[in-house]
Amino acid sequence: MNFTSIDQLQSAMHEQRYIAERGLATSLYLALKLHRPLFLEGEAGVGKTEVAKIMASLLDTELIRLQCYEGLDVHHAVYEWNYTRQMMHIRLLEASGEKAKESELFGPEFLLRRPLLQAIEQSREKPPVLLIDELDRSDEEFEAFLLEVLSDFQITIPEIGTIKTSNPPVVVITSNRTREVHDALKRRCLYYWIDYPSFEKELEIVRTQLPEAPAQLARQITGFIQALREMDLYKLPGVAETLDWTTALVALDQKALDPIIVDETLGAILKYQDDVEKVKGDQARLILERIKAGVD
Amino acid sequence: MSGQFLHNLLLFGRVLRRLGLDINPGRMMDLVSALDHIEIGQKFDFFFAARTLLVHDREDLALFDEAFELFWRKPTESWDVEWQGLTRRRKRSGPVVTPPPLKEEPPQNDDSTSSSGQELSIIEVTRTYSDRELLRHKNFAEMSAEESEAVKQMMSHLLWNVSERKTRRHRIGKGHRLIDMRRTLRQSLRSEGEIINWSYREPKSKPRPLIVIADISGSMERYTRLLLHFIYGMKAALRQPVEAFVFSTRLTRITRPLQIRDLDLALKNVGLLVHDWAGGTRIGESLKTFNFEWARRVLGRGAVVLIISDGWDRGDVDLLKREMARLKRNCFSLIWLNPLLGAPDYEPLTRGIQAALPNIDHFLPVHNLASLEDLAVRLSDLNGSRNSVGGAKKSKHEGRQVHKDGNSFMP
Repeated sequence: MNFTSIDQLQSAMHEQRYIAERGLATSLYLALKLHRPLFLEGEAGVGKTEVAKIMASLLDTELIRLQCYEGLDVHHAVYEWNYTRQMMHIRLLEASGEKAKESELFGPEFLLRRPLLQAIEQSREKPPVLLIDELDRSDEEFEAFLLEVLSDFQITIPEIGTIKTSNPPVVVITSNRTREVHDALKRRCLYYWIDYPSFEKELEIVRTQLPEAPAQLARQITGFIQALREMDLYKLPGVAETLDWTTALVALDQKALDPIIVDETLGAILKYQDDVEKVKGDQARLILERIKAGVD
Repeated sequence: MSGQFLHNLLLFGRVLRRLGLDINPGRMMDLVSALDHIEIGQKFDFFFAARTLLVHDREDLALFDEAFELFWRKPTESWDVEWQGLTRRRKRSGPVVTPPPLKEEPPQNDDSTSSSGQELSIIEVTRTYSDRELLRHKNFAEMSAEESEAVKQMMSHLLWNVSERKTRRHRIGKGHRLIDMRRTLRQSLRSEGEIINWSYREPKSKPRPLIVIADISGSMERYTRLLLHFIYGMKAALRQPVEAFVFSTRLTRITRPLQIRDLDLALKNVGLLVHDWAGGTRIGESLKTFNFEWARRVLGRGAVVLIISDGWDRGDVDLLKREMARLKRNCFSLIWLNPLLGAPDYEPLTRGIQAALPNIDHFLPVHNLASLEDLAVRLSDLNGSRNSVGGAKKSKHEGRQVHKDGNSFMP
C-alpha cells in the first residue's frame, strides 16, 4: 500500500486496531517518504513494538525482527557459517576422493542469514519492515556496527563480498531507555517519544482491542490505571497492562471493578512487590471511590 | 515554498541551536524535503514533522514545543521578553545560590586563573618528597588554599582503574570452553579438512561503569570543592562511562557539565546547574530520586556505585534504609566514602549511617589524598574483594586498616 497523506495512514492504522496519535502518524509517514529509520522511545508497554507489526501488515510485507541483547554480535545479527554442513561437505568430498576448496566451502549455500542480512537481501525484491527491538539492551559495539549498516544499507562478508540494496527496508528501532543510545545513531533517525495515552485515547484503545469488554468495566479500568500513573510508583502500568487486566477481568466475568477483585488481580498491572503493597487495600479503595464518583 | 518561509525556517533552526538543541544543516535539509510530503497549511503536521526531525531526546521535547509555539505565531509586544525567558531558562532554571566551587579563590593573588595556574606548576616542582608525604596525609578540611591547590595537582596524577567484568561478547582467546568454529574450520582446510588444532574464544572483559553520588550539603562544604575535582579527574581518566550526581536536598545530575575539557569551566557550569549548595541533607529522598529516575538508565552492566557523604541525614530514616537496599540490589558493588571516617574518634553512629550500613559493601574514608589512593587500589580489585567481605561491619574495619597515615585507630 502506498500512502499519500498522513490522514490516510492514520485511518489505515486505526482499521488495524492501532490508535495512533497524530504525531506518531506524522513520524511514520515521513519515515516512509524519506526512507529514514524511525526511532521510538517510551516507557515499557506503550505499543512501540506494535508499530512495526502494524506497518508490516499495512505495507503487506514481511516483518523481520532483531531482538537486541548484551553481546549481540555479527554471528547473531548478520550472518553465520553453517559449520555442520561445511564439515559434512568436506567428508562427502573426501569419500569420493576429492579435496574441499575454500572458495566453495565459504559460498552462499553455506551461509546462515540472520535478520540484518535477510532484511537487506529481501529489500531487493520487496522491502520488509525491519524491527530492531530494545536497542538499549545491546552494547556500544553493536550500536556502532548498526550505525554503519543503517547509513549505507550494505553488509560486507569477507568471503563473499558486499551485499547492498538501493531500496532500503522500513526500519523501526525501539528503546526503553535503560541506557542512553548514542547521539550519532539517533541523528540518523526520525525520533518519536510515545507517551502514555490520555484517558479518552486509552479508553478507545481498550474498546478497539477488546470490544467484548463491558462498557462500564472498560471505563473503570481505564480510570483506575490513569489514577495509578499519577502515583509515585516504581514501575507505572503501560497500555499493555491495561489490556492484560481487561482481558483477565473479562475472563473472570466482571461487569465492574470492586475492591476485592482489584486487590486479587493487582498483579496483572503492578510488577513490583513494593508497588503492590502500596496500592493494595486502602489506596485501591480510595481510587475506586474517586473514579466511581467521577467516571460513572 | 516561498523564500520568506524558507528564511524563517532556517532562522528557527538557528534559534533552536542557540537553545542548545543538536541541530545541523543536514537535519534542516531533511526538514525542507519533508515539507514536500506534508501540507504546510496544517500547522499540526508541520509541528510534528519538525519535531520528529529536529529533536532526538525526550528531555528536549518540552523546550522545542515552547520554542515552536513562540516562533511561529504573530509577534506581539511581549514577544521579546518571552524569548529571553526561554533562553535564560535553558541555561539555568531558577535562582542560583552562590556556589561554593566559585567562591574559593587563592587569597594571596586576586589575578586571573591563568596566572594562578602558572604558580601551581612552581609549587609542584619545588615541593620536596617529605612535603608531599605530609600533604598526602593532611585532612582536606584543614588545608590552606595553597595546599588544596597543590593537592588538586597531585590528585590529577592519581591512576584510576575500575576492575573489569566479563561481558557477553567474545574474542579469540585462550579459554577452552567456547569453540571458534569459523577459525577452526578455516585452519582445518590446510590439512584437508582434518581438524588438528581447535581455536577458542573467550569472553571479552570491560571495566565496570562507575556512578558517583556526592553529598554537597552544608556539613560537607569543606570537602565539596576538592571532591568535585576528584570526580572530574576520575571521569577524565576512566575509559568507561562515569555518571556523576550531587545532592543536598535534591538530586542533580552533573555528568554533562563535567564532560567539558576545561576543568574550571566545567566546575563553573556545575555551579550554575546545582541549586542547593550547602543546603540540608536528605539522603533518602535523593537516593529515591536516583532509584526512580536514573537507576534503570545508568546502573546495569555490573556498575559500581560510590556514595560520598558524612551521613548527617535530616530526612526520613526508613526511606533511606529502603532506598539503600534497592540501590544495593541493582549494582555490583556499593561503596560509601565518608570523610569523617578519617578522624580517630569517629564512630558511625549517626542515624543516616546506621540505616545505610547493612547495605554497604565497602565503607571507606575520604579525607586526604592517601585515602583516595587507597580507594584507587580498592576499585581496581573489586572482583576478588567483594566475596571476601561478609558484610558492612567487616568492610568498615578493612577500610580502617588500609588507612595507615599516622592517625592511630582503635578498630
